[in-house]
Order: sequence, then structure tokens, then C-alpha cells
Amino acid sequence: MSRELFTFHGGVHPPEHKSESSGRPLHPPLLPRELVIPLRQHLGNPAKPIVEVGQRVLKGQMIGEADGYISTAVHASSSGVVTAVEMRPVPHVSRLPDLCVVIETDGQDEWIERTPLDPHAMSLADLRMHVRDLGIAGLGGAVFPSAVKLDPGAHHCPVLIINGGECEPWITCDDLLMRTRADEIMDGVAIMRHLLGSLQILVGIEENKPEAIAAMQAAAARLDFAVEVVPVPTIYPGGGAKQLIYTLTGKEVPSGKLSTDIGIQVFNVGTAQALARAVRHGEPLISRLVTVTGHVLRPQNYEVLIGTPMRVLIAEAGERDGATGVVMGGPMMGVPLASADVAVVKATNCVLVRSAELFPPLPRELPCIRCTRCADACPAALQPQELFRFAKAGDFGRAQEYHLFDCIECGCCNYVCPSHIPLVDYYRYAKSEIWAREKEKRAADLARERHEFRQFRLEREKKEKAEKLAAKTQAARAQAASAQPAESPATAPSEADARKALIAAALARAQAKKAETAPRNTEHLTPEQQRTIDEIEARRAKIRELAHQPLETEEKK
Amino acid sequence: MLAAIGVMVLLAVAIGLVLGWSAVRFKVEGNPLAEKVDAILPQTQCGQCGYPGCRPYADAIASGEADINRCVPGGEDVVKKLADLLGVDPKPLDGALGEPKPKSVAFIDEQACIGCTLCIQACPVDAIVGAAKQMHTVIAKECTGCELCVAPCPVNCISMVPIEEDLPHWKWKHPVVMMKTVRTETRA
Amino acid sequence: MPAPFITGRASVTQVMGWVLIALLPGIAVYVWLFGPGILITLGMATVTALAAEAAMLKARGYPVKPFLVDLSAVVTAWLLALSLPSLAPWWLIVTGTLFAIVVAKHLYGGLGQNVFNPAMVGYAVLIVSFPVQMTQWAGPLALTGESLTLAQSAAAIFGGLPKGTLDAVTMATPLDTLRTGLLQQHTVDEVMVQPIFGQFGGTGFEWLAVAFLAGGLLMWARRIIGWQVPLAFLAGVWLTAGFLHFYDAGRFGAPWFHLFAPSVMLGAFFIATDPVSGSTTPRGRLIFGFGAGLLTIVIRTWGGFPDGVAFAILLMNVCVPLIDQYTQPPIYGATRTGKDTQK
Repeated sequence: MSRELFTFHGGVHPPEHKSESSGRPLHPPLLPRELVIPLRQHLGNPAKPIVEVGQRVLKGQMIGEADGYISTAVHASSSGVVTAVEMRPVPHVSRLPDLCVVIETDGQDEWIERTPLDPHAMSLADLRMHVRDLGIAGLGGAVFPSAVKLDPGAHHCPVLIINGGECEPWITCDDLLMRTRADEIMDGVAIMRHLLGSLQILVGIEENKPEAIAAMQAAAARLDFAVEVVPVPTIYPGGGAKQLIYTLTGKEVPSGKLSTDIGIQVFNVGTAQALARAVRHGEPLISRLVTVTGHVLRPQNYEVLIGTPMRVLIAEAGERDGATGVVMGGPMMGVPLASADVAVVKATNCVLVRSAELFPPLPRELPCIRCTRCADACPAALQPQELFRFAKAGDFGRAQEYHLFDCIECGCCNYVCPSHIPLVDYYRYAKSEIWAREKEKRAADLARERHEFRQFRLEREKKEKAEKLAAKTQAARAQAASAQPAESPATAPSEADARKALIAAALARAQAKKAETAPRNTEHLTPEQQRTIDEIEARRAKIRELAHQPLETEEKK
Repeated sequence: MLAAIGVMVLLAVAIGLVLGWSAVRFKVEGNPLAEKVDAILPQTQCGQCGYPGCRPYADAIASGEADINRCVPGGEDVVKKLADLLGVDPKPLDGALGEPKPKSVAFIDEQACIGCTLCIQACPVDAIVGAAKQMHTVIAKECTGCELCVAPCPVNCISMVPIEEDLPHWKWKHPVVMMKTVRTETRA
Repeated sequence: MPAPFITGRASVTQVMGWVLIALLPGIAVYVWLFGPGILITLGMATVTALAAEAAMLKARGYPVKPFLVDLSAVVTAWLLALSLPSLAPWWLIVTGTLFAIVVAKHLYGGLGQNVFNPAMVGYAVLIVSFPVQMTQWAGPLALTGESLTLAQSAAAIFGGLPKGTLDAVTMATPLDTLRTGLLQQHTVDEVMVQPIFGQFGGTGFEWLAVAFLAGGLLMWARRIIGWQVPLAFLAGVWLTAGFLHFYDAGRFGAPWFHLFAPSVMLGAFFIATDPVSGSTTPRGRLIFGFGAGLLTIVIRTWGGFPDGVAFAILLMNVCVPLIDQYTQPPIYGATRTGKDTQK
């Protein structure tokens, strides 16, 4: 209770709008007819699909396996039949499609066999592999694979912070989760503690959630280890990981480093709960809490199966006329969506329906007057007005010098700007441009290296050839000199014959091989056989196509 | 008078010695300007500039033989950067050399490929794998899109496929802000 | 349009509007001291500024309305008007305002782009070009016994007052008087016995300074301006003047006198705090303000003009990019002494 709290720089107090949805109880999961489950729901490499079209899958069955260390698995959220593995619209700001597994549900919601894990009976590395294969990723918004974060590696993480800040306006899903499933969250915390070896555990919850604080404190009291539930001041973005760390410990995560570098690891309350379900019940991450709010009749929190189209949720919450768009997330950092036909993913904490009354169009942009309200509001203590100037002018080098990459894109600067400049937009543009240029630079360097090596190789081959030729002529000359008479007339024709024979043999071999590889017995096919062959051919073509897509495994981190 | 001449001669000799010594002592290997130019060029190695690769073109620019507007794949962006580096005015791309195209990679129709290895020999960055009489394929990640393999193919099985924007390649666009009222040009 | 989808209530109009409101106490005192003539000056400057702004916006292809209602042109006009002598002729007002809006603001790129404070550019141009007219101050009420009526002021401003009458109603400002006295080899004490030097900053003028101070504090309370620039500016004036006064009280005026010459208060709270042409970093603002204060006294003491606020601020405007570059505050996560280790 008496913990000293620290006040970070900046922050804003936008209208909270939390009471709309926090008053209603949690809505049980809906079972939609079709689930669209993207394979790229987390940071890092997307999962690799391991199901085929037409295959029946059970609830909780893995449909995409983790690909590499920074990756995690994806599971079927209900039982049914896979109807497609194809590019579908996903909730991403680019509005581009991505690879998804589409499942037609059969309404039976039949679980796959689940085996609870005993964290103490297995090695930590094994446990982490299980966490990865159960698809656990950070539910606070960044969706970083949790197995990676639960690996302290070389770092020692004495402090574990559980983030119940939920500072974005409108969103209340973490609030509801803490109020209804505090014990499960604490169970997850216990598993995290086991994996990380944490000594001190702090739970930060903003003061505007008194019920959640009470529930969590009660749950903490029932534990056999110490967990401190700390109410923190309500200020946006107080629930940002770096800001919460500072509020609770007074430590700053060094620029360009991770919180683990200063011995702190942060998890969202939802991640802790999902981890508890995974370990204690063997349940993969197939559902999460989502706040459906904004311009709907009954704003409420839903337990939602991953892959449920947002339209289903909005319909259940009561669609209203005059909606002007759907946002995934809150009004400060949310992602505007092209339509409500995209599916809920692991990152979806809120489906916010906009209307002209609740979210009037922003006023016209005026030039920057350098009033530095943005600098006063910036929780990263940056100079947003300078970053804006450089980003707008395309002076990305200077923007980086002014710590562009320390920007957390919280939108505070945007919010306070009297000229209503879309500042964050400029920063996102500049960051993305810098990444693209770095990528291009790497590609150019690779090309240069390969080209230079080729030049070197050609040069070497030329030299080797010349040397060989020189040696050969010398040898031939020597041979000619030593054994000139007698044999030569006799052997010459035979040598020529042998060569001829060799060529004939090779030709015959090649023909035989050709005959072998050419499809045989293709004249009398049953329609079934023909269909199978066509299918195989189509799959071959598909594989070829896939193989020719640029190999893209690197992800911005 | 004589003393003055003597002093001047001595001075000249001394300075000459220092200059000569520093020329040896601080000799810069290679041509640093050409290196800088080469760093700006996109390394497509396509030869559209009329030089056998990016490095020869860079050398030519550094020595003042070639103009800065000959890199077609680099486009206006490269011309601008080169102009900045060399302190000259940027100029439009030399239109005679071709128009910049969207970034593409070569694609070999493996059904049609006869395994002649001609494209392998043409590829400046060894981005095509395969052996004689074996099907060839392009390593898309390493292909620079130079199109040098397209012409030698005797069966025309190589085509250039533009890289489509997908999720991992997507970029944020520059914010569109209408601050000024756009006036339609009446003169045109 | 991506996030955020909400915005606070702040707007440029609101910021500029508060500046105008904060000027009202000063204007009220001005009217009480020197008569309602200032209202004519303000009105003329405002109309000229708005007309010039609209014309320039149109010429530059910008929409007129959203940029006119931002009130920035009005702020420039009022600041310039309040810097001018109370009986400045109409053409002086118009010339200064036009120069401020057309050259100092729009030719530099318009709102947000001007390197120099437009009002001060206008003032500087006028004082360099028309030094005589720039001294036509009416005597303050406390000395003349009655302030000029609106008609009299109008007559003076529009040139209806014959030269003799004009001379009868104008009086040298305290700063002028001090300067002239010192040039005539009098000591400060000898000069300061004249009635124009009231309790602490010049009869009448001191109350104008207090009114500007009150307006400035209002702006600070409303978070329109930060505390750094005004405080540093005042400190710069007070410390420099104090140091000189302490060194030789006979040759250099008292710090309180310098502080409460109204131009210092106007400059510290309303002009040096102009965000566009000022520094943007907290430390930079301290340097900017202090530098302007110091230069003000230097120019007042050794320069060719009786007051130095305008030139001091313009000079510091030039230094802003340099100041900003070298005073970047540490960001979150920069290694700070005493912050990395828990306090």
C-alpha cells in the first residue's frame, strides 16, 4: 500500500467512456457458422498451416505450427471442417489480405483431448515449448510470443510486473477479466514466477477500476507467495509497459533495450489467465475477452472465439444506424478496419464502432505553431514537433537522431495538438520508410557481395582453365615427343569409334529416361483417376507458386 | 635578394617534402568517391547504364566520365542522392535508357525449362540454381530484377513477375493533408 | 485516417484567443492612462492585419477562412499596436502592420514558419525608419491631469492636430527621459527626480506594466505559456540591470525601474513567449529568455534606441535553431544520473 509511485513525463486524460461496457456481465462465447483464423496473429514468423482443405478439425486442434523461435502455434477455435486455406482480409491497418484457415463449424464444439501439464514435473525448456505450441501470445496488444518472454535467458528477471492498467478509453475487457477471473490470473502469475524465477511481483491497476483492484487483492491474499497489487494513477498511457515500469519502480527501460535488460518482465493480465488455462487444463489460446462498444445498442464484454467475424459480435450487441466505421482497439491506438467482416484475432481487445456523434471528424489540420504541447504530453519525453518536421521533410536521418524509434505511437501528441496534425501518422510513415530503406540496403549489399564473388569466381575459372590448357598442351607435346611412331595410326580410328559408341550409348540412355519420366498409361483413365491427377497437378502448381513468393521470414520487431 | 630566393627555395623544398611524405603516408586505397557512389547505386547489376555493372558505373561517375542520370532501376531517388553527394544539380533520368519499372523478380516456368544453363551464366548475382539438363529455378530473395536472364533463354521460359505488396512488405504512406486549396491549372 | 480518432479541445484559435484575453487588462489600463486613442490604434491595426492576411492567403493559394479564424493575425496586430506610441499617426500603424503580416509572416511561409516575431519586425522597421513619430507618447493621466478624449486622439492619429498642439500633449517616456538625461551628463539620481518617474517604473507606465504582468500570469495559469521564458527574461533584465546599477548607480538605472518599464512585461509574457519564433526546449527557453533580457538592458544602456526589447527578441530569434539543437532534453530511457538506479 505504501509503495512509492513515480510520475512519468507527459500523458493525457481523454474521456474514459468505460462505464458503457463495464456495467454489463461477461457474454458467453458465440459460435459462428464460419471461423476465419489468420496464421499471422503474433509478432515474428507466421504459423505454418498443417491442415488440409476438407479435413475435420476438433476444438483446440493445432492448425498452424510455430515456425522458428519467435513464433507461436495457431489452433482451431471450434470443431468443424476446413473449407479453405487462403488469403482473406485480416484486421490490419494496411487492409491487405493474409493467409487464413477457414473452418466451417459443425455446432458440436467438440474438444480435442486435453492434457493438463505439471510445471514442476518437466524442465523449464519443455514447459516453454508447450506454451509455444499452445499458442500463447501477449494479449495486451503487442501479441509477442509468450514463450520467448518467459525465457529469462542470460537476463535475470527479479521483477515481474502484471499489467492491468488498461488505460485506453472505452476498453474494459481486462477490467472484466480481473473482476471475474482473478484467481486464474494469479495462477498464471504463479506459473510465470516458476518460469522466470521472479522475486518480486507487482500488479499495476489504474485507480478507475476499484472492483478489479479489490478482486485482485483478494486473490493475491489467497496465494502462498507475495504479490503486490498496486493501484496506479489513471492517466493515458499509464498502461504502456514502459510507463507502468516507471510508475511502479522508478526505472526507465534504456533506449533501444528491453525491460529484461533492467531485470523486469511485463505481462498483461489476459496473458497470465491464458497461460493458466493452457498449463492447468491443456487448453490452447482459442478465445479471449473482447469489449464490443461504441455505437451499438448494448456495449458489453464478450468471450470470443478467435476467428469470429466482428460483424457477428456487432450484431449481437445491437447494430445501430449511423455507424461510420469499425476500429480494432481503442480510440487512441486502434486500427481502423475496412469492414466488420474481418475476424477477431489474439490482438483484438476491443471492437469499437464509430459514429459521427461519438467520434466527430477531426478538425482541419493547420501548420505547426511549435507550441510544444506535444512535447509536454509525450510519455517518452521526445520532441514531437521536431520529429514531425523531419518526418514531413523526409529527413529520416535527423528524425532518428531525435529518437524516432523511442516513440511508442500512443497518440498523446496528436490528442493535444491545437493544430490537429496527425503527428503519429508521420512517425509511422517515417519508421516504415526507414525499415524499408534498411531492407533495400541489405538487399543491395547482398547483391553487391554476390556480384563481386561471381566476378572473382569467373576470374578464377578463367585462370584455372588457362593453367589446365597449358598443362595439357605441355603434356601432349611431351607425349608426342616420347612415343611418336608405330602405334598412332592403329589407335586413332579405334579412339574415334569408342567416342562414337559413347555418344550413342548416352543418347539411348537419355531416350530411355525420357520414356520413363513421361506419363504412361494415360490413355485409359477412369474419371476418378483423372480427378486425382488433376488435383495433384493443381497442388504442384500451388507449391511452385508458393515457392516463388519472396521468402519473407524477417519481421519488424 | 639572394637570401630571399634562398628562403623561398628552401620553403618550397620543405613544403614539397611534407606533401610528398603525406601522399605516401596517408595514401587512400581505392577510390573513396567511387565507393560512396557505389553505396548509393541499387546494385541491380543490370547494365542498363551502359557499364557492365554498378561498380564500373560508380567508377565512371567518380572520374567524371558518366552522368548521374543513367541508373534506371534507381530512378529519381538515386539521381537525387548522387546529386547531393557530388554537389551537382539533379537532372531527370536519361529517357533513352528505359523507364523505371516496378520492382520485379525473374520467374522460370519450370515446365518449359530445358536446362541449358544460359540464364545461369547471364545472372550477375548467381541467383539462379540448376545444372546442365536439370530444371533451373530463381532464388527470389537474391534476384535483383535485372532482366539479364530473360533474353538469353532459348525457349522464352523466363518472365519478370512484379513484387506485389503483401503484409510484411506493406509501408505506411505519407499522410495526405490538404492544407492548400488545389487550384486547377487553367493554362494547361 | 488512422488512430487516434479523438482529440482534445485545444485549437490554435483557442490559444490565440487566450493571448488576446490576457491583453485586455493592459488595454484597460492603457485607456485609463492615455485615453481611448489606443482603441483606434488597435482597431486600425486589426483591420489592416486581417485584410493583409486574407490577401496573402489568397495569393498563396490557401483557404482564407480557417486561417483567418485562427486569430494569429489579430494577436500580431494587437502586440504591435500596444508597442506603438499612443499618438502614432495612422500611416505608421498601417505600415508597421502590413510589414509584419506581409513580409515577416507570409513571405517567410505563413503561420508557423516565421523565423522572427512579426510584431517585433514591424516595430523594428518603424523605429529604424521613423524614429521621431515613434516617440509620440501622450503624457500619462497622472501628470497631465486629464487623458485625451477619443476625438483628440483621433485627431492626433489622423494628423488633424497641429504640430504645436501635438507637442503640447506628448511627453517623453521615462526611458527616453533617462536616456536623454544621461547623455547630458546627469547622474541617474538627478534625472530620476523628475515627475515622470513614478514609484518604481515611471508614472502611469508602471501600472501598465503591472496590468501586462497580470495578463501574463493569467496565460501561465491557463497553460498557454510556460514559466521559463518570462521568468528567464525578467531575471535577465533584473540581474543585468542590477549588476550595472550596483557597479555604478550614477550611470545605470535601477533594476526595478527597468523591470517595470511596460515594454519589458509585454515582451516577457507576450512576445518572447511566441512559440513559433521562440525556443522549444525547457532549457532552451531559459537561455532564450535570459538572453533576451540581458540584450534588452545592453541595448537600452549602450544602444542607439531608448528601448531594446524588440531588438533583443529579434536577435534571440536568430539563435533559436542553435539553442534548440544543443538543449535537447533527455528522453525516456536515456541514461540519466540518479535515475537508472532506484532513488
